[in-house]
Amino acid sequence: MKKSISDFLKMVLIFLAGKFKKFTMRFKKSKTMKDYMMVYYSDAKSARLTGRKVAWITSGGPVEPLIAMNVIPIYPENHGAMIGASKMGGSLCEKAEAMGYSADLCSYARSDISCATINGGPIGGLPKPDMLVCCNNICGTVLKWYEVQARYFNVPLFILDTPFCHTEYTNEAAKYVRAQFDEYIVFLEKVCKKKFDFERLKEVGHLSHQGQLLWQAVLDTATNKPSPMSAFDAFYHLALIVTLRGTQDVIDYYTQLVAYMKNRIARGIGAVPNEKYRLLWDNIPIWHRTRWLSEKFAAHNACLVADTYTTAWCGALKYIDENRFLDSAAEAHARIYLNIGIDEMAKMVLEMIDKYDVDGFVLHSNRSCKPYSFGQLDIQRIVEKERGIPCLMLEADMTDERSFSESQISTRIDAFMEIIKERKNK
Amino acid sequence: MKKLTELKKVVSNPYAYVRKYKKQSGKKVVGYFCSYAPEELIWAAGALPLRMFGTSENIHLADTHLQSYCCSLVRGILEEALANRLDFLDGVVFPHTCDSFQRLSDIWRLNITGQFHIDVVLPVKLDTPSAKRYLYDVLEKFRKDLGDALGVKITDKMLAKSIKTYNKIRRLIATLYELRSKNPQILSGADFHAIIKAAMIMDRDYFLEALSEIVGQLKKAKPAKATGGAKRLVISGSVCSHPDIYDIIENSGGVVVGDDLCTGYRYFEGIMDEKKPPLKAITKRYLDRIICPAKHFQLKERGENLIRTVKKSKADGVVFLLLKFCDPHAFDYPYIKEMLEAKKIPCLLLDMEAELPPVGQLQTRFETFVQIL
Ligand code: SF4
Ligand code: SF4
Ligand code: SF4
Repeated sequence: MKKSISDFLKMVLIFLAGKFKKFTMRFKKSKTMKDYMMVYYSDAKSARLTGRKVAWITSGGPVEPLIAMNVIPIYPENHGAMIGASKMGGSLCEKAEAMGYSADLCSYARSDISCATINGGPIGGLPKPDMLVCCNNICGTVLKWYEVQARYFNVPLFILDTPFCHTEYTNEAAKYVRAQFDEYIVFLEKVCKKKFDFERLKEVGHLSHQGQLLWQAVLDTATNKPSPMSAFDAFYHLALIVTLRGTQDVIDYYTQLVAYMKNRIARGIGAVPNEKYRLLWDNIPIWHRTRWLSEKFAAHNACLVADTYTTAWCGALKYIDENRFLDSAAEAHARIYLNIGIDEMAKMVLEMIDKYDVDGFVLHSNRSCKPYSFGQLDIQRIVEKERGIPCLMLEADMTDERSFSESQISTRIDAFMEIIKERKNK
Repeated sequence: MKKLTELKKVVSNPYAYVRKYKKQSGKKVVGYFCSYAPEELIWAAGALPLRMFGTSENIHLADTHLQSYCCSLVRGILEEALANRLDFLDGVVFPHTCDSFQRLSDIWRLNITGQFHIDVVLPVKLDTPSAKRYLYDVLEKFRKDLGDALGVKITDKMLAKSIKTYNKIRRLIATLYELRSKNPQILSGADFHAIIKAAMIMDRDYFLEALSEIVGQLKKAKPAKATGGAKRLVISGSVCSHPDIYDIIENSGGVVVGDDLCTGYRYFEGIMDEKKPPLKAITKRYLDRIICPAKHFQLKERGENLIRTVKKSKADGVVFLLLKFCDPHAFDYPYIKEMLEAKKIPCLLLDMEAELPPVGQLQTRFETFVQIL
């Protein structure tokens, strides 16, 4: 089943318009998220015609060298989020299970693996890759998942292996990761059949750094009371820093977004009209229930002001040095949120609790994501001990909507909010 | 066979053995959880490397740290530690493999006190020059960290001695595999499993002695009369700490003649070059051994290896023993199954929770499978 490009674009449009209507904001005379994503996906879909290469890359992978090589990066995880938001995860996961993949595997991987074979999903499948780039700084799942796809598409696979930093980023690891950046460049030269442009990488590296700083600035606006944005807005606006990091578009978009948020602050407009309680979210969003959850919390006058997930795309900023881009990129990629020990994660959570001044901590125990979820119980205990704020753990799956129990989760949120209210009104 | 009985006794209660051993020998005991732990260095340092298998019984303490969707191996090991049953350990070593083990290491470090804790953050890919170099660097770092923790300097001479011992054990185990593959009747599957397990528990010098004696006797033993066309099976999976499986398979008209388990052949395979600088030789062994699915080496290596194993052991079929919630193995299963099917090798998938399914049910499944072979 082959879909024409215009059919495909129509689907992207319908998808974006439908799923995130509430969050789409129009800046005067400027492009919306929809516009950017349209261009991005249409470029990707027509890459065969324009002679550009397509790389599938993990969300924590180094995208800058791809941009510098004029390769179009595609993020299956971002696609997974779209699948989840369209409530198509369950049926795609089921197909993967019929192919022999256990129902206990990550639902991004399951839905992507089955989607590739049928060009299904909300946008009719992803453009076929010319290469795969897998960085295991988020999990071991991506390694297995990309192996599956490398066998299926029969294209070269590059693995950027970032040793886990339980307590430290060792000299040995630093040497290893740095060496792999050189191997990555050689890999790209081979697949693209052209020399790598280091001058161009400098520019891209600069834009990427600026983009991350701006993303941080966007998230920082949530420190205001009331917060002009919620984590649900962040989940939506995140798409650009994930997919187009290293381009001017990201800068333009987030510059406007920061201005927009600041304007809301100036006018005293909050994401939740009557913000009384501020919460912190942990783990990947429950994509198939973002709207419901956001309304649920808003009904309690609670705003999820920040989250550990979208923060990950600017969490390693402290390691980045534009003048030593490749060296610092090596360290920044190895030390992202999911590649560090849980005590260090807890430390970052505590910092966020203070920074955003939150009243409670909501943890999504995500059946799909073991590295993000195992350790949450310890992090929760640390938070309770160090800050004494109430914590709520919700068990769900980010993409696979089949096991979600709305009534049970609803009751638990109500009970949690009662505790928060009591505590705050004492 | 007296030695075999002795080994079986140790295996049935490893902690009792270790406690007594510790008292008598004054040696330190270092726990590890995965066949990627470079235990040759632990033994070289004069400590006893002890493989932990965890418990499948009554897991409740671990529930406060790990959600229900974590594999029972990881949950079971944590349970043992939290229940204070591992207080004899002087230290633990966590090699980096799967996501679940990775987090277990963190949880362990934060909750279990009174012992040293070393993470050996191995490379995940094993087929590039930089990964090879890194593995060597990591082992060099481990040599130092472990030496510091145990208060010894681990010299090349100590390493060379340990390598010799391990090579001897591995050669003998390979012989044992061969003997059994030719004449499955000479040693029951359960006994075979006990020997393998003892190799990860006992004083390695003593074990080597016992093993030579057992193998010597088996070599001489006249094969018992073949039990009439038992079907030859290879088992594949992560950790198999269910010795009962062997009995059940044998009672269903099958016999295990080979495996791809990290408590089996994957653990023993690979002789170290005694002429090379010792750490280089150890590095090479970990690079060349049959990989576990949490590591990367080419795209079809595990499937190809399994087919080789089936051919070599003249097996009729393959049984996959997959632990529930074990991601690395679950990801590999579909492609390996496809490769087997293309070669017309029948296979059976057995999903395992912490506890085995009821024996009757298992036996029926095996019988049905054996019949189609
Ligand atoms: S959701 Fe978790 S397990 Fe799945 S790809 Fe992302 S980080 Fe990996
Ligand atoms: S299957 Fe792999 S990760 Fe699991 S214990 Fe064995 S070697 Fe270690
Ligand atoms: S490899 Fe599988 S069985 Fe072994 S610890 Fe990891 S998840 Fe558990």
